[in-house]
Amino acid sequence: MARILYFASFRERMGRTEEALTLPPDVATVGELVAFLRERDGAGAQAFAHPATVRAAVNQEFAAPGSPVQDADEIAFFPPVTGG
Amino acid sequence: MPSVRVQAESFDPGAEMAALLAGRTDVGGVGCFVGVVRDSAGGQPIRSMTLEHYPGMTERALAAIAAEAEARWALQGCTVVHRYGRLLPGEPIVLVLTASPHRQAALDATAFLIDWLKTRAPFWKQEESADGGAHWVEARDSDDAAAARWEAGTA
Repeated sequence: MARILYFASFRERMGRTEEALTLPPDVATVGELVAFLRERDGAGAQAFAHPATVRAAVNQEFAAPGSPVQDADEIAFFPPVTGG
Repeated sequence: MPSVRVQAESFDPGAEMAALLAGRTDVGGVGCFVGVVRDSAGGQPIRSMTLEHYPGMTERALAAIAAEAEARWALQGCTVVHRYGRLLPGEPIVLVLTASPHRQAALDATAFLIDWLKTRAPFWKQEESADGGAHWVEARDSDDAAAARWEAGTA
């Protein structure tokens, strides 16, 4: 099971802070996971509607759409950061 | 080793600087940046700002950025403190301190740290307007440009 975390506007749109998910067999990258979540339900469709505003981290390191994901990973989705 | 903290409570820049300098006489200068909550955004007054962060990754990201600065400018020490939670106008958000034998390294490293943590540390700001409405602050292209100049080596 992968642990999926949502922050800021993604947390609000998904209606949860995290979930445990068994990655489908055809999901091997961050981009493929985004596509899966977007297709899964209305909340996902809304949260992931604009790919340019999706940022991700895998095991607490920033990740790109092509970054690999696997079960047991901690995968986070959030908008571009605005700290400082 | 850089000193990096992520905390809800406020901080005292003077006390942090004293801690950075404690017991040493080889430091020539300390660069300092304190980010403060402004009382307006886009010309509209704001009542508060709430910072959300990614516990665990935030500490790792700040430590990596601070270690990069220490190595790049051969700093004698650096301190990064970043707050989260609900903050009011006038309250400090972030502190960057850098210690170096000479001023240029301290000043450059301070600018580098604040530019990089704006684009590489997982924090998100939400502003509360005077009527109680809340909205997420959008990332600015100017912040990306400020961070990118350190990559290009033009700064």
